[in-house]
Amino acid sequence: MSWGSAAEFFAMGGRGWYVWSSFGVTALILVGEMLALRARRRALIRTLREGASQSAIERIESNES
Amino acid sequence: MIPWFAALAAVLILIGLYVSFFVAPTDATQGEVYRIIFIHVPAAWMSMLCFVLMAAYSALGLALNARLSYMMAAALAPTGALFTFICLWTGSFWGRPTWGTWWEWDARMTSELILLFLYIGYLALRGAIDDPRRADRASALLALVGVINVPIIYFSVKWWNTLHQGASVSITRAPSMAATMLLGMMIMALAFWMYTIAVVLARVRCEILERDAAARERFTGAQA
Repeated sequence: MSWGSAAEFFAMGGRGWYVWSSFGVTALILVGEMLALRARRRALIRTLREGASQSAIERIESNES
Repeated sequence: MIPWFAALAAVLILIGLYVSFFVAPTDATQGEVYRIIFIHVPAAWMSMLCFVLMAAYSALGLALNARLSYMMAAALAPTGALFTFICLWTGSFWGRPTWGTWWEWDARMTSELILLFLYIGYLALRGAIDDPRRADRASALLALVGVINVPIIYFSVKWWNTLHQGASVSITRAPSMAATMLLGMMIMALAFWMYTIAVVLARVRCEILERDAAARERFTGAQA
C-alpha cells in the first residue's frame, strides 16, 4: 500500500474521522491504563516506605521506654 | 519479566501498525475504513480471552483455595473490560460509515455489551465486599457463571442471522481475506497479548503488595 501524500494518508479515503477516532481512542486507553498503573505502583511504594519507617520509629520508641 | 513483555508489545504494535497502514491493501468494497479491523478484531479476541482466563483462575481459586489465583483473576478484569470497550467503540466507528448506524441491538453487539457489564459487575462486586476472602469467592462465582456469555458471543453470528458479519477467520476453513490483512491482524493480536501479560503482571504485583500491607496493618492494629 503506497499513499500519494501525507494528506491522503490522513484522509483515509474520506473516512479519516472514523479510522483515527478508533485508533486514537485505543491508544489513549492503553496509555491511560499504563499511566494509572504506574501511579498506583508509586503510591503503593510510598505508603509501604512510610509504613516501614513508621513501624521502625515505633520499635525504637518502645525500646527506649 | 514485565519490561520484556512490555518491550515486545511495543515492537509488535509498531510492526502491526506498519503492516496495517502501509502493507495491507485497500479493501475492494469498503475502501480504507476497513483498517479499523486491525484493532477491532484483536480487541474482541482479547476481551473474550481475558474473561475465559478470569473464569479459569477463579475456578482454580475455588478448587484449591489459592489466593494468588483469585488475585490473577482480579488483575485480568480491568484490562479485559478496557478491551471490551475498545471493541465496542471501534465497532461503532466502523458500523457508522459501513452499515449507517452507530449501534444496533444485533446478537453479537448485545452479547459483547453484556460482557462489558459482566466485567463491571465483577469489579463492582469486589469493590463492595470489604473482606478480601469473601470478595474473592463471590466474584469468582460471578466469573464462572458469566463465562457462559463468551461462547454466546463467539457463536452469535452463526446462531442468529443479524447485522454483524460472520467470522472471516476460523480454524475450520481458509480465511476469507488477503494474506497481508490477516498478517496485520495476527501481529496486532499478538501485540495485545503481550501488552495484556505485561499490564496484568504489573497489576497483580500491586495487588499482592497492597493486600500484604492491609493484612499487616490489621495485624498491628489488633495488637495495639
